[in-house]
Amino acid sequence: MSTQKGLLNQRSFGDKSFDVFNILFMIVVGIVTLYPFLNVLAISFNDSVDTVRGGISIYPREFTLENYKTIFAYDTLLTGLQNTVIRTVLGTLIGVLTASMLAYTLSRVDFQARKWMSPLFATTMYFSGGLIPGYMLMRHLGLIGTFEVYLLPALLSVWNVFIVRSYIDGLPLALQESAKLDGANDFVIFWKVILPLCTPVLATIALFVAVGHWNAWFDTYLYNSRSPELTTLQYELMKVLQSTSSSTNYRDPNAQQAIASVSPESIKMAITIVVTVPILVVYPFLQKYFVKGMTLGAVKS
Amino acid sequence: MKSQTSNQNSVAKISSTKRFFRTMVQQKYLYFMSLPFVIWIIVFSYVPIWGWLMAFQNYRPRNNILNQDWVGFKHFIELFSDERFYLVLRNTLAMSSMGLIVSFTVPVIFALLLNELRQQFFKRTIQTIAYLPHFVSWVVVSGIVTKMLSTDGGAVNELLMALHIIDQPIQFMAKGEWFWGIVTIADAWKETGWNTIIFLAAMSGIDPELYEASTVDGAGRFRKMWHITLPGIRTTFMVLFILSIGHLISIGFEKQFLLSNPLVNDYAEVLDLYALNYGINLSRYSYGTAIGIFNSVVSIILVFLANFIYKKVTKESVI
Repeated sequence: MSTQKGLLNQRSFGDKSFDVFNILFMIVVGIVTLYPFLNVLAISFNDSVDTVRGGISIYPREFTLENYKTIFAYDTLLTGLQNTVIRTVLGTLIGVLTASMLAYTLSRVDFQARKWMSPLFATTMYFSGGLIPGYMLMRHLGLIGTFEVYLLPALLSVWNVFIVRSYIDGLPLALQESAKLDGANDFVIFWKVILPLCTPVLATIALFVAVGHWNAWFDTYLYNSRSPELTTLQYELMKVLQSTSSSTNYRDPNAQQAIASVSPESIKMAITIVVTVPILVVYPFLQKYFVKGMTLGAVKS
Repeated sequence: MKSQTSNQNSVAKISSTKRFFRTMVQQKYLYFMSLPFVIWIIVFSYVPIWGWLMAFQNYRPRNNILNQDWVGFKHFIELFSDERFYLVLRNTLAMSSMGLIVSFTVPVIFALLLNELRQQFFKRTIQTIAYLPHFVSWVVVSGIVTKMLSTDGGAVNELLMALHIIDQPIQFMAKGEWFWGIVTIADAWKETGWNTIIFLAAMSGIDPELYEASTVDGAGRFRKMWHITLPGIRTTFMVLFILSIGHLISIGFEKQFLLSNPLVNDYAEVLDLYALNYGINLSRYSYGTAIGIFNSVVSIILVFLANFIYKKVTKESVI
């Protein structure tokens, strides 16, 4: 009896020390994750000449708004911001609508084309034609040097279709049936019955699509690097960040157009903040949704 | 009775085409809502496969794809005899296997530890923080990594100097042999939190009675983690693992593109970058396509191989 009690005590001591260790570990993880962002933030508010001295941690030494004033005076960056906002808003609306529409048709067990359509879409998740054939396709379609190249190839995400479909599969069928008895056609059922019920999963995929558009830079690099009026925020940041190692420019003949051939550290960090903040403001509010969405997607695959 | 059914059958045969079209008309809205996407996916996902023909030609964009000089396997032979190709393949496999190991061990450990946190508010805060880097673009992350590792005022060098581990700042970004590690750690920093989501979901699906029963049996915390939690996420883990093996060779190139510089190129160039450099920057479309085909074929073989092994071991199939 006494040994048993001893064991219990021992275990609870082990338990407690484990908890303490665990909490400390989590705090370290939190610091490692957040510190770089706070550091970038501090440098972006610090005088750019003073920054060269180094040693700035999470608060600016010589506070200034000059860096932000400087970057918002650059036309290319504003053009990039405008294009990025437009493609994100349009792309998200389109992406959510297309994925949910297709998901609804594929969720209908009685739909006669479902048998061949489902695999037609699903197969594309496992292979791709590759970089060069994709590029040649855009060339043949005349999409190079156009804004449409940001929207058309990313019109639909098959992954999102399957996330929404598995959500629709979980809805009670009776709702659709009663709407049908009321004489509603399939589109009306989708629009008036299914879509409103799907709000949580639509919020999830909207976040995924929006983040994808906001963060995209490679399509600008590949298709639109010769059209400065079609530049995007991430692409401009990429050019500015890569400008330190002038030798990196060999890859990109247009890097000379970067805001400055070598930008001061503080300017780079200010652009980084401008590019990052909008996403960071949005995602915590959608956490509940995307966690569910990820789980749905995983179950399906 | 029998004659009646056969009679019905023949009637069914005659009218089946008619019925097919009648259903089609009935479901016209469903067709309107899906056919545009069928056309879209054929154009954007299947037509590029047709472009694989380029690899067997000396492709000139001026002419139609069927009106080209056919050269057979010339580009593949050239590819397999290029020394650079083996270097690039080594880099690809090295970084992808390091990434695979790290992205399947660290998130599991992190999820296990998160699962053990009792304070719900604290747990949720840590989760929110941990998801943050996932939403940030690789452009930003590469900027942050370069900044943290820089020799003038980079946090890592300053920390190591303050701890007297090193006397001189290390030029992390200029050392080729560090590159694989840097990419792997940057990836872990960005995606570990995100990758825990699925494991945490799998853990929350474990029957709480199992834990209660083992408490009665006197099992401690670590025993429960080892004998209940880990086996509980085994299926999820295996499915995700098999799917990732398929991507072993097509790891993308964003990180490598953004983090590399000419000093470390011999360690940073991966297959996709190699294809990009030859295929688009040097306009050798056919050669670039050949690299892409190699990539896809190896991926498909890897998926089937991984699935085959998994089937042998567990008698279940993932695909």
